[in-house]
Amino acid sequence: MNAELPARLQVLVYGLVCVLLIPFVFPTWWMVTSSVKPVSAIFAFPPELIPTTLDWSSYGQVFKLQPFAQQYWNSAYIAFIVTMATMLISSMAGYAFARIRFPGADAIFAAVLLAMLVPSEVTIVPLFQMFLKLGMINTHWPLILVPIFGAPSVFATFVMRQFFIALPVELEEAARVDGLGRVMIFRKIALPLARPALASVAIFTFLHSWNLYLEPIVYLSKPDRFTLPQALTQFTDAYGGPMWNIQLAAATLTALPVLIVFIIAQKQFVEGLANTGLKG
Amino acid sequence: MAVARVPSSEPYAARAAKRFWTAARRDNLVGYLFIAPQLIGLVIFVLVPLALVFWFSLHEWNVLANTFTYTGTQNYALLLADPSLMPVLLATFIFSVGLVVFNLGLALLLAVLLNQKLAGTTLLRTLFFSPVVVSLVAWTIVWGFLLQKNGGINAMLGAVGLEGPNWLRTPATAMLSVIVVQVIKNVGLNMVLFLAALQGVPKELYEAARIDGAPRFKQFRRITLPLISPTILLTSIITIAGSLHVFAQIAVLTQGGPGMSTTVLVYYLYQQTFQFHRFGYGSTLSILLFLIVCGLTLAQWQMRKRLVFHER
Repeated sequence: MNAELPARLQVLVYGLVCVLLIPFVFPTWWMVTSSVKPVSAIFAFPPELIPTTLDWSSYGQVFKLQPFAQQYWNSAYIAFIVTMATMLISSMAGYAFARIRFPGADAIFAAVLLAMLVPSEVTIVPLFQMFLKLGMINTHWPLILVPIFGAPSVFATFVMRQFFIALPVELEEAARVDGLGRVMIFRKIALPLARPALASVAIFTFLHSWNLYLEPIVYLSKPDRFTLPQALTQFTDAYGGPMWNIQLAAATLTALPVLIVFIIAQKQFVEGLANTGLKG
Repeated sequence: MAVARVPSSEPYAARAAKRFWTAARRDNLVGYLFIAPQLIGLVIFVLVPLALVFWFSLHEWNVLANTFTYTGTQNYALLLADPSLMPVLLATFIFSVGLVVFNLGLALLLAVLLNQKLAGTTLLRTLFFSPVVVSLVAWTIVWGFLLQKNGGINAMLGAVGLEGPNWLRTPATAMLSVIVVQVIKNVGLNMVLFLAALQGVPKELYEAARIDGAPRFKQFRRITLPLISPTILLTSIITIAGSLHVFAQIAVLTQGGPGMSTTVLVYYLYQQTFQFHRFGYGSTLSILLFLIVCGLTLAQWQMRKRLVFHER
């Protein structure tokens, strides 16, 4: 399989790859280009692969029809808090499960892993009631608290534990001989070494929070509280039909920043997510 | 404290305290403190709700009339008699199986292609992976736009003289569309896992096979597949688990339609609970979902022993 392919086969492989690439790349291209086409041109036949006239008005509409800047901020700050808190909680728990042989460690770890089996959809009815009782409907608390403590964070803890188990213990033992306490060893030695695993956890957690859809539509009903995925579907005309050019402009604004960060740091992204997958 | 009142005994008490807080005990305390946030959070946000959802499923709960009455297993009887149950389970099954087969097949194909010595593999890998980081709903909206009756896909089909169906409004193609949209979105993840696995296969094995004159396809079947079988199992577990969560794609693309052809269990659960306000029945559906997940996990655990050729 790894041998150099004969030239004819190589052309064939390239051709096949290019055809397969179309559904992966074209939608993003179509989203960006359609968002700057005049409404009359977005369903034009034959389709305009490259827009002939640029019309930026749909971007203005995005901010006029919805409090889109506020919604953008909501998504961004929620994802940020969830990511930070998950990194903290999962690195601590992962380290403890990997390194500290406290009584019951294995049993507790098994129980924690079992919790990963509970899909968040299973618990959404009682969670909704809990947050209703606490007066937290139409606040962002459910979108912050549930991921930080639910299945995504357990998964993060698992990733961190696997990383710490594979980490050589000698450095920590040396520090221990020097009289450093456990907490300091964790902060000064283990945590800095865990940067690749933390990056994986951060990317995974951020994307999870950024994509959350069921929870926002269950908990939030005021437009200025909405998060982006929920806001994107709100650009509809009087009959409930989507206003495509505006939806696509909003979708572009949502997708493009993450896509750009991804292209800059693609190695970290691909390997980071692959690592969590491999160990998950 | 007692120590302060009897100063003479202070060194002794301090020594006793020190003996209680031995290094090992302090270590254990740190361990418990480190897992405490995760553990307490799990109890509040997963375990208690799980117990509650079972409790709720034994009740008739009308939110609008504000009544909550114990009805025992009535909701479960309702569930079994629900004419929508079979269509919903069927849609869930078709979606999951379609997703896993299509996703793993494509991921493996892409990984094998990108594993050849080609120029620009990194760029290609990045491009195939890129939908993974595109916001899920944004991705779904673009595909919804492309799949309209007069959308981009039918326009391109029209350019070569074909007439495409109304993809999302035709029962036969709606489910297919939802599956394809989801596969393209996430197949990059499995592709990367397969690539890593392929690169882990010792090259000597292929050389030996070549010397024996084994054709490429046979090499793939006899060497590659068995050696990457742990990865195949892993990716299928992740993909099956993920397939049960599908919600946003259905909500944005088809709203469960046409008819009930794309109403998967999670979407049905959402409809019953939050659109029709049947919280008790919604809880029963949650229990059903939970049982399915548990059953699948057990089955996969069993399969792991039988199917996987070797485990690292």
